[in-house]
Amino acid sequence: MQSTISDNGWHAGTPPEMAERPHISLLATTAVLFEAPGAFDLAQQQRIWALARRIATWEGVSEAVPGMTNLLVLFARPPRAIDRFLALLEEAWHAAQASPLEGREVALPVTYGGEVGNSLADVSAHCGLSVDDVVSLHSAPLYTVFALGSHPGYCYLGGMDPRLAVPRRKVPLQRIPAGAVSIGGAQTGVSASPGPSGWHTIGHTDWCFFDVDRPIPAALAPGDRIRFAVERVVR
Amino acid sequence: MIELLAVSGPTTVQDLGRLGQYRFGVGTAGAMDDVALRAGNLLNGNSEDAAGIEIAIAPLRLRFLAETQFALTGGDAEALLGDRPLLPWWRVTARTGDVLTVRRITRGALVYLTVAGGIDVPPVLGSRSTQLRGEFGGLEGRVLRAGDRLPVGAPPARAILLDFGIEPPEFALARPLDRAEATVLRVVAAGEYHAFDMAARSLFWSTAWKVTPQSNRYGYRLEGSPVLPREPIEKRSHGIVPGVIQIPPSGQPIIQVRDAQTSGGYPKIGTVIEADLWRLGQARLGSSLRFAEASYDEALAARDAVEAYMGRLAATIARYREY
Repeated sequence: MQSTISDNGWHAGTPPEMAERPHISLLATTAVLFEAPGAFDLAQQQRIWALARRIATWEGVSEAVPGMTNLLVLFARPPRAIDRFLALLEEAWHAAQASPLEGREVALPVTYGGEVGNSLADVSAHCGLSVDDVVSLHSAPLYTVFALGSHPGYCYLGGMDPRLAVPRRKVPLQRIPAGAVSIGGAQTGVSASPGPSGWHTIGHTDWCFFDVDRPIPAALAPGDRIRFAVERVVR
Repeated sequence: MIELLAVSGPTTVQDLGRLGQYRFGVGTAGAMDDVALRAGNLLNGNSEDAAGIEIAIAPLRLRFLAETQFALTGGDAEALLGDRPLLPWWRVTARTGDVLTVRRITRGALVYLTVAGGIDVPPVLGSRSTQLRGEFGGLEGRVLRAGDRLPVGAPPARAILLDFGIEPPEFALARPLDRAEATVLRVVAAGEYHAFDMAARSLFWSTAWKVTPQSNRYGYRLEGSPVLPREPIEKRSHGIVPGVIQIPPSGQPIIQVRDAQTSGGYPKIGTVIEADLWRLGQARLGSSLRFAEASYDEALAARDAVEAYMGRLAATIARYREY
């Protein structure tokens, strides 16, 4: 499955210096950020996953955490010779092959609209689509979990129909509930716990993304795929 | 066991943080002033990563329900055990029923109460630190309130019987660049540093940044002359760490700290070095911060200096165990 995501939302855009070579930068002695050059697509993300698996085994590395076509390498012990480390990292990227992950596929029951999804009408108006069209475009794709981040259990998804893109709020909301299904820029996602958000909430799911009592606390991992199953549409 | 009698602001159980859980979107949390927590634990004969109580706002009152050895480290506080005034960075013994009052924080921003045996709330994902967003860790994943009871772990086998103090890091780790009117933080340039022109960069380094009241364990929001990149930058979401200095469209820097999200998209001008995060934790609201440029190697050396200080404390305290 190849999906090209044209992200013109908040986190979007390719700085010119990233056009060809990877961009590798320091976060003091805590971590190194590796940013892949080129397109924001599934193939590039699959290379990032491969790189993450490789780097996570390196001496002195505590974690290698994929972002959106980038990788945060956190140090347990910062390397003494950082230039050598950065050179090895770039070599490892050139060796990394895009390989699909055998993720699982889950269906999340979603109530569109209603009290939680109270921006459904705004999104429909902004996009010039009927409420039914918004719901069917949003629930049609098989979304890929590109990365986890932000807050415990939160998944960055790839695959939203670009016709549903809505600019983020200028003033973020103080608190949206866990399970809020929202659109921000050209991305969609589901809050895993209550918190502030600048996105537009169009629905709600009771599905649980994170539970500290499970052996692996996050329910989903990069490479998993999710589909939003329409349970109800509240107008 | 410790019983909280009065709590006036965000007070939480923290250890050195929840490491190795970033891939699940779980940030580190942990003590804002890690040096104070580690030193407090050493004073009590604990391992450095035992959990303590991070006190952000006074007054706070609590009762020891059993004889407990404890220390107050971090910022200086006007504190009493019963009616006896306490010295900061000093290890003392409370008897059963004694009441500890932290009346006022007189210098710095955060006071740490550490106890022999550590605060023994159940570890969650490898740490006792409070994860406020995820609502787990610490005591029920929340800030403490009056009426809460906190379990204390078994004291270390060879307890130290003397009461004694240590040299605070403010003196032990003093630097030539320290200034009276501002907290100076050493910063390594980050990914988007070169997207700022010379004028913007020099403004960043020369400004005395004011710590606004919208600063907390999530982030420090600073105020000063706006620092803007040559053109607006929007980054793909990527992992960030405590100490990262982001420049949002307003040009007013935000330093992400212990409870920050694990990822972000704003451009990053620099990162406060690990060895100076404790200094940031002790910067009061309304005070000024200045940034001093450091190389990676200088950041490593500063980290080594903190470890050497901890090593000296541990060696000194080990000698008291002989009495």
